[in-house]
Amino acid sequence: MRVGLSGLIGALLAAQAMAASAEELNLYTTREPNLIEPLLASFTESTGVKVNTIFLKDGMAERVEQEGAASPADVLMTVDIGNLVDLADRGLTQPVQSEALSAAIPENLRDKDGNWFALSQRARVLYANKDLDLTSFTYEDLAKPEWKGKVCIRSGQHPYNVALTASYIVHHGEEAAKTWLEGVKANLARKAGGGDRDVARDIMGGICEIGIANSYYVGLMRSGAGGPEQEEWVKAIKVILPTFENGGTQVNVSGAAVAKHAPNRDQAVKLLEYLVSDDAQKLYAEANFEYPVKAGVAVSPVIEDLAGLKADGTDLTEIARQRKAASELAEAVGFDN
Amino acid sequence: MNPELVQSPRDRAGAGWQAAAIAVAALVLMPVLALGLFALQGSPGLWAHLISNVLPVAVQQTVILLLGVGIIVATLGTVTAWLVASCDFPGRRFFGWALLLPLAVPTYIVAYAYLDLLHPVGPVQGAIRHLLGYSSPREFRLPDIRSMPGCIFLLGMVLYPYVYLPVRALFAMQAGNLLDAGRTLGAGPVATFLRVTLPLARPAVAIGTALALMEAMNDIGAAEFLGVRTLTVSVYSTWINRSDLPGAAQIALAMLAIIMALVLLERRGRKRQRYAAGAQRSQPLRRTRLRGWRTLGAMLVCALPIMLGFVAPACYLVAAAWSRYRFAGLSPRILEEAANTAFFAVVATLVALLLGLVVTGAARLRPGLLTQSMARLSTLGYAVPGTILAIGLLPVIALVDRQISAVSQTLFGAAPGLLLLGSGAALIYAYAARFLAIATGGIEAGLSRVPRSLDHVARTLGRNPVQVFRQVHVPISRPALAASGLLIFVDCVKELPATLLLRPLNFETLSTHLYGEAARGTYEDAAIAALIIVVIGILPVMVLARTIRR
Repeated sequence: MRVGLSGLIGALLAAQAMAASAEELNLYTTREPNLIEPLLASFTESTGVKVNTIFLKDGMAERVEQEGAASPADVLMTVDIGNLVDLADRGLTQPVQSEALSAAIPENLRDKDGNWFALSQRARVLYANKDLDLTSFTYEDLAKPEWKGKVCIRSGQHPYNVALTASYIVHHGEEAAKTWLEGVKANLARKAGGGDRDVARDIMGGICEIGIANSYYVGLMRSGAGGPEQEEWVKAIKVILPTFENGGTQVNVSGAAVAKHAPNRDQAVKLLEYLVSDDAQKLYAEANFEYPVKAGVAVSPVIEDLAGLKADGTDLTEIARQRKAASELAEAVGFDN
Repeated sequence: MNPELVQSPRDRAGAGWQAAAIAVAALVLMPVLALGLFALQGSPGLWAHLISNVLPVAVQQTVILLLGVGIIVATLGTVTAWLVASCDFPGRRFFGWALLLPLAVPTYIVAYAYLDLLHPVGPVQGAIRHLLGYSSPREFRLPDIRSMPGCIFLLGMVLYPYVYLPVRALFAMQAGNLLDAGRTLGAGPVATFLRVTLPLARPAVAIGTALALMEAMNDIGAAEFLGVRTLTVSVYSTWINRSDLPGAAQIALAMLAIIMALVLLERRGRKRQRYAAGAQRSQPLRRTRLRGWRTLGAMLVCALPIMLGFVAPACYLVAAAWSRYRFAGLSPRILEEAANTAFFAVVATLVALLLGLVVTGAARLRPGLLTQSMARLSTLGYAVPGTILAIGLLPVIALVDRQISAVSQTLFGAAPGLLLLGSGAALIYAYAARFLAIATGGIEAGLSRVPRSLDHVARTLGRNPVQVFRQVHVPISRPALAASGLLIFVDCVKELPATLLLRPLNFETLSTHLYGEAARGTYEDAAIAALIIVVIGILPVMVLARTIRR
């Protein structure tokens, strides 16, 4: 009986090992399924590699860490530079050298050892009441008293705002960043909270006049992907690419890395290379209204008015390093209270 | 006769139960210990920062939120349960089960629905403006729902069934003769309610309120939507924004200690009270027929929470789902997701009830500090925010998985990968560990109504303690068991953070689907999934209504 059972288990395991060796790869992602599905479908079609996915929210790094050497994860995909750098810092990634990746992605948008690669960019832009007489804007302006009671923004603890504050620290230092945050806090029309799209909705609702939000939501709302109401919200605003006084527009990235214990390393690299191909980069632009990382791929015509992006030159890893300080500043000034 | 011969069979049975109770408590304790290990890694400077910058506001907000929600759920839950159980008025039977309906709607969905309905550009304010002749929200708008009062109101309206359900189950077993005695002694209906009914209901009110408050405190979704900064939000941002898991674990464990202290304090407060009625057959409650304005008042009190906690958000969902359905039809995947959701929720509910019976059974059969402590420990999982518990479960589950993998590698030369994480078994463990508190609490409250004298009678009739438990305790506390099962099932269906983190590849439930859409802001796409969650939640409400009506 015991022999029979262990034989059976052995056979099952062998079968499973065989199945795993077929052309497959496992993707752990914090990007939403609907968003990356078209990309993955087209990857499978062109390479024959099947992609198994799990969409995780918080704790992706913890899960991969705990799974250890037995982890099935091949590719780790996430948003926000802080999260990407974090994956590498924890030793959950492995260096990848690839001609295709180095050629497609500018040097400042990938780790120099190949531990992570940015795949798309998004800008932190200004949504303003369309009737306002406003054509240019700086992030520093947000704290000016003339905007008292007129600003809407999501939580100061949200990664997108933490990255913006971190950027501010890199530009002006921590003291100045604190004063700035206090100024922005004093200008808020309502509690910091909700999502980026709520800025447009609240401007339409007359709660505020301006607010900071991500660029791609403009495209998502305009395209009708979020329903007819959101098309109304976005009509109430105009979008301005703000800059730092001594720099450009703050950008953040989405990106991916090959997992340290990736059982299907070759396929994993193949997926990354596919994601910076012209086709995939175009999908990033068209389906999610992000800025492609690859030179020569255009942004979606839906957000043509945002095409003239002049990205701030700050080193992304520098921003990631200031993340903790930025998050603590938001708490120190009681930004969300 | 040799006393050992008499003692030994009972002792062996008792000892078995004791060991089983320890094992169950260990299942819940392990993830908490894992959090403790994380916490020990240290987080320099964290507490200085917390004390000067975070805690003053977060503690204040948490206390206000809990006080507000606590008052609403305890009052609403007890009063509605009492009305339905002891008064007669038109619609009583309907209200009896309909009052449970808000349970079916996850709090974050309610928050989203209300925000949409009550926003200055939403339908309600639009209609008001139209009536008053204003054309733009810039001319006229109502106060924002995104506030502490808004959050208290919304959470109160969806969480009161946590009190209503156990209190009502308790009233169903209530000794009518005690109330009659009160009335005979000259107390009016209100005095009877205050001096007899309420003290009798206290264990159930306490347990229900505790569950509701833990739910309120650990909520992140609704708080995030409504801009309320609780301690849980601080735990979350410490972990996510600063990658400071040790710090987050420290705050979470500190909160856990406070919660457990409060729970124990309340239990101490009623330690000397015994709640079981006399062993003679309890009279069923004789319902007072209400007249005149009282009828109307009772109907209003029962209808209002149903309207606000269920009908309004449900109508919103139906409308949103319908417009989505016309636009895109029904995704075939959603049926598979619904099946996944229902299957895992059913299995986890049965497991949690079984474990709950083991723990409470041990405490009843072998009363003592040890079994009492195990019963309390088994409730820890509910007192920690879901996300944080999931992070604590991760190393426990992964450790088992890695061991299995390593052993089979040496034995068979092939590793099966991660067995628990890869098969979904991890989810069952997570749900059971998290919601065991509901089973333990509910069954305990039910057992508190079973008089010890019944145990003695059964023992005299030659039953051993285990038989007493199976043949007397379990049948008598069936309404409480059913009520707990309902709460657990619905909670499993709605559960999100552990499901997201611990599920296998290519596996979705309704709530992970919903979250995926919500994270992208395409709420309309999620409306159908949200509606199915609500419908799945309603089904057991219907079943339960039959069980406790009897």
